[in-house]
Amino acid sequence: MAVELPIYLDNHATTPLDPKVLEAMLPYMTSVFGNASSRNHSFGWAAGEGVNAAREQVAKLIGASSKEIIWTSGATESNNLAIIGGARFNARKKGKHVITVLTEHKATLDSAHQLEKEGFEVTFLEVDDQGLVTAQQVADAIREDTVIVSVMFANNEIGVIQPISEIGAVCREKGVIFHVDAVQATGKIPINVAELNVDLLSISAHKMYGPKGIGALYVRRGRPRIRIEPLIFGGGHERGLRSGTLAVHQIVGFGRAAELALEDLESGEIERVRGMRDRMWTALQENLDEVFLNGHPEHRLPNNLNVSFAYVEGEAMMMAIKDIAVSSGSACTSASLEPSYVLRALGVDVELAHTSIRFGLGRFTTDEEIDYAIAEVIESVKKLRDMSPLWEMVQDGIDIKSIQWEAH
Amino acid sequence: MAYSDKLVDHFENPRNMGVLDKDSDEVGTGLVGAPACGDVMKLQLQINDQGIIEDAKFKTFGCGSAIASSSLVTEMVKGKTVEYAENLENGAIAEELSLPPVKIHCSVLAEDAIKAALADYRRKQAARNAPTA
Repeated sequence: MAVELPIYLDNHATTPLDPKVLEAMLPYMTSVFGNASSRNHSFGWAAGEGVNAAREQVAKLIGASSKEIIWTSGATESNNLAIIGGARFNARKKGKHVITVLTEHKATLDSAHQLEKEGFEVTFLEVDDQGLVTAQQVADAIREDTVIVSVMFANNEIGVIQPISEIGAVCREKGVIFHVDAVQATGKIPINVAELNVDLLSISAHKMYGPKGIGALYVRRGRPRIRIEPLIFGGGHERGLRSGTLAVHQIVGFGRAAELALEDLESGEIERVRGMRDRMWTALQENLDEVFLNGHPEHRLPNNLNVSFAYVEGEAMMMAIKDIAVSSGSACTSASLEPSYVLRALGVDVELAHTSIRFGLGRFTTDEEIDYAIAEVIESVKKLRDMSPLWEMVQDGIDIKSIQWEAH
Repeated sequence: MAYSDKLVDHFENPRNMGVLDKDSDEVGTGLVGAPACGDVMKLQLQINDQGIIEDAKFKTFGCGSAIASSSLVTEMVKGKTVEYAENLENGAIAEELSLPPVKIHCSVLAEDAIKAALADYRRKQAARNAPTA
C-alpha cells in the first residue's frame, strides 16, 4: 500500500491543477503571448482563438451560449458583479429588495451587506436543520420591489444541494432575477442554466482542477435579457461588463478544465468518488460512537463529508491526522475565533460545531488514500477522546449539559 | 497553524495526561473553560503535607495550543511548592511554547486551571480541619 503523504482531502478549499490543464496553458505562457484584444496581428488573433475556444468549453459545461460567458478573476468577483451589479442596475426599475440565504459564501453575504450600505433591504432566509431552503420560502419572501434572489447550488462547508430548479421556476414566474453561486457544484452535478431558469451563475476554475485567479459569470442574453452594472471600468471588455486585458493562459486553462469536468460527469468518475465517500462514512460510523453528519445526507455533493466527532476539538483533530489535509468548523481554526456560521445556521450545537471536520474528496483521491485516512481518523479520535475531560464525563454517566460552566 | 516544535512535541507526547483520585483529600481538581467555547481543561494536583505538589495530571478538550499549555503546566508544577504554582503566570507558558497572539488565551486558561485546582485543594483542607461544632 504505497500511499504518498501528505494526503489531500480538502478539495472544497481548492483543487490541484490537472496536468492536462497545465499542458493546455503552457503555449499561452510562452509563444502565444499576444493580447486577445490586439485585432490587427497574428499574435492577437492566436490569443483570441484560444479565448474563444475556452468560452465554448465553459458554456457547454453549463448549457449556455458562449456569448453569455464573462471572464472574471474568480467566483468572488463573479458573485460581487452579479449581486451588486445586478441589484444596482435593476433598482430603478424594480426596487431595492434582495433575497439570499444565511449559509451563503462570504462573497455573497458581504456583497449583500454592501448593498445594505447602499440603501437596499436584504432578507437572509433561514435553513432547516439539514441546511436546506425551500422554493416556498423564496416565494413567500419575494415582494413587489425584489430585484434579485441569490442561492448557492451546493454549500462549500456541508455540501448540501439546494432545490435550484424549483427556486428558478418561482423566480421566473415572479419576474425576479435569479443568481446561483455554482462554484462547488460545477463538474460534480449536471447543470443546464436554461432548464434551471437561472439568470446569473458564478463559477471558479480552481475548484475544478483549473488555475487560481480566473472565474466566470454566466449572464443570460435571452428570455429574459439580463442587464447588470459593471464594477470595473476601463476599455469595455466582456460586453462592457468586465474591463481589463484577458488573462489568456488562465482562460485557456479554465476551458480545458471545463472540458475535463464534462467528461467526469459522463464517465462514471462521480460515482467513483461517491463510492469512496460513502465507504469512509460507513467505516467511521461503524468504528466510532457519537459521530454526526452535518447537513442533508442525500441532497449532498458526492465528494463531501462534514462530520462532528463529539468531545474532540477540530483543530486538535487536524493536528492529530497531520498526514491528511482537511478543514474544520471549529472556532480555533478561524481568524475571528467564531465557530462556523454555516453550522450555526443549521442549529448545530456550538459544542459540536467545534468538533467538526470537513473532508473533500476529488479526482486524484485513491482508494488507498481513503483506507489510510479512515484508519488515521479512527485512531486519532480515540486518542483525543482519551485526553478529553468531556468524553471522560460522558463515560462516567455525567450529563454535560447539566454542568454550570464558567463563562470565559 | 504553524506551531513551534516544543508545542508540537507536547501535543504529540503529552506529559502527565490522565487522572488522580478526585475523592482523595490530597487531590485538588480544577475544571475550567466551557464546551461552547471549544476549550475545557481538567487539572488535578496531588499535594502532600509539606505543601509540595507530588503529582499532576491533566485532560483537555481544545486545540493544539490548549493541549500543549495544559501538558506543559503539569510539568512546570510537579515537584514544586503550592506557592510556586499559585504565582505561576500564563506568560511563562506562552513564551515557552511560543504561542501565537491569537492563542495566548489558551495559556491563560491553563493558569486558571492551576488556580482552580489549588482552590479546590484548599477547600478540602479547610473542611478536613474544620473544628467540630
